[in-house]
Amino acid sequence: MRSLLKFKTAAIVAAAVGFAGFSTASMAEDTLRIVSWGGAYQKGQSVGIFQPAAKAMGITVKEDTYGGISDVKLMVKSGADKFDIFSSGAGGCASGGAEGILEKLDYSVIDVSNHLPGMYSDYCAGADIFSVVAAWNTETYGDNGPRTWADFFDVEKFPGTRAMRAKVDAQLEAALLADGVPMEDIYQVLDSEEGIDRALDKIRSIKPHIAVWWTSGAQHAQLMKDGEVDMTTGWNGRFDVAKLDGAQVSYDWKTGIMDWEGYGIPKGAKNKDLAMKYIAEMMKPEYMAEFAKYITYGPTNKKVYELNLMEESRALEMPSHPDNAKHQLTLRTAWYAKWRTIAAEKYTEMMTE
Amino acid sequence: MAVLDQNLNQAALTQLAQREHYTFFGLTLPYLVLVGAMIIIPIGWLFFLSFIGRDGSFSFENYERMINSKAYIRIFLTTFKISILTTFFCALLGYPLAYFMSQISRKWANICMIGVLIPFWTSLLVRTYAWLVLLQKKGLVNSVAVDLGLISEPIKFVHNTSGTLIGMVHIMLPFLILPLYANMRAIDPHCVKAASSLGATPTRAFWTVFFPLSIPGLLAGLLIVFVLCLGFYVTPAVLGGGKVIMAAMKISSNIELYFSWGAASALGVVLLVVTMLILFIASKLVSLDQFGQRS
Repeated sequence: MRSLLKFKTAAIVAAAVGFAGFSTASMAEDTLRIVSWGGAYQKGQSVGIFQPAAKAMGITVKEDTYGGISDVKLMVKSGADKFDIFSSGAGGCASGGAEGILEKLDYSVIDVSNHLPGMYSDYCAGADIFSVVAAWNTETYGDNGPRTWADFFDVEKFPGTRAMRAKVDAQLEAALLADGVPMEDIYQVLDSEEGIDRALDKIRSIKPHIAVWWTSGAQHAQLMKDGEVDMTTGWNGRFDVAKLDGAQVSYDWKTGIMDWEGYGIPKGAKNKDLAMKYIAEMMKPEYMAEFAKYITYGPTNKKVYELNLMEESRALEMPSHPDNAKHQLTLRTAWYAKWRTIAAEKYTEMMTE
Repeated sequence: MAVLDQNLNQAALTQLAQREHYTFFGLTLPYLVLVGAMIIIPIGWLFFLSFIGRDGSFSFENYERMINSKAYIRIFLTTFKISILTTFFCALLGYPLAYFMSQISRKWANICMIGVLIPFWTSLLVRTYAWLVLLQKKGLVNSVAVDLGLISEPIKFVHNTSGTLIGMVHIMLPFLILPLYANMRAIDPHCVKAASSLGATPTRAFWTVFFPLSIPGLLAGLLIVFVLCLGFYVTPAVLGGGKVIMAAMKISSNIELYFSWGAASALGVVLLVVTMLILFIASKLVSLDQFGQRS
């Protein structure tokens, strides 16, 4: 989602090949298999969370990458046994849960009492918080780029090429915010086909200026690095990493749409009990603080801030820091559970017009 | 007596012919089994799955969706448009090259062939990204052209239909050239010489003698290119910038969106049926037999 180049077919094939590498027969009792998105994101997870948590529990954790919740479905439905835990966005977990392909998480084992409100669900234990933002090229606009979604959609005030996501996620919310809908009413307006059409019409109005529809975090980061577009929607952590690599990119938290990522367990996972304990371990604030050193995705456990586990300067860069969070809309997973297919088909229709 | 001998011979010959028949059948058997196991059964399964709805029961919902949403018809039109254009440009670029290669000495033709084959052996993904690096807004081609003052604004080569076509034609060209070149090499050069000796100008000799003889190779190449284009995924995804959505891309996004194979299978079935229909009509319009006789 955030870091993997998501050519779906390629990913499925790669995943199948990768899974074949796991030897299921010789899998010991104290070994867990976890999959995530690869790239800078999984590197942070591996060094900051996966391996230290495994060491603390005295178990072995093997890592691999995967292509998203459809891979989990593929595995569960075909009765294969490839991994015990996966890292996924809240929305992916929610749809997987609705499909009945995930184990319900046991919150008597996993302690989420210190989690920020709403940052865990029946099928997903929240681990980090990220934001979809509007990023601009500072070479084109200097410091005065599109600081709100209204700016992003204003092609007169901000002439230039844009990129938006090829998938519907967080794009409709941005369009409605640009259209003047107050933050607290967004999901109420979107709760009807008319509302969805209103958001799509807003995107239609700037469609000639949309040069690229991006499909992966790596792609939108590259678009900004290469100066291929003047502004794009995308994940904040990706832009921060690109900036460290020399990209001329900036963004304002006022465009932020917060979402979270966590861990889930596929239905029938062999090491389910151990997986549950391992997720409980990974929820500890020290791991989240360590992870956040590698990529600007904030902790879901508020203890990180309370215990001062993160330097103030770094904390200020996190989407979930109160100073940043107060400007932002929180993505509503329940809306996606209800409307995703309809909205996604309409979105594709708008793209192909 | 003589009649009897003939009959005996006849029986032996028939027996031999029959044995030969079985041998040939035996030789093709592994292939037939392979086709059955790897093509017929999966396609049948695909067809079956396309009638399974999200709740697991028999349903037409996967086909209804395609009728109700305009996106699907547009995606199919794009798929065929891109495939036809790619095939056309491949022929336009490939035919003269194959002709040139067939007219020069084998040694030089082999050197040319290396030029055709090296890109063919390079990963499709690498070549696709290479085009992106070369042709994007601040890519090599645009920055050099702007620096030289040839253009004032960068040209939008990629993230659109033209980018997709450039990438796909480059990847597909060897598939046209290889069968065409083999065909052209096999054409007896004396045929063209005979035409000339009878007074035909070089142009006339080419169009009335050489070109018709090269048509089987050309058709084979066109067919391979066209059919391979229909299933393209990576190149339009990368070079099309989301503006060129082909059937394969929608198939994969449908698996993700609907969590059901049926939503994706139905697209595959429609693509297969439409393709077969087009090839059937094309084969009626351009009679293959006619060309077969001429060559």
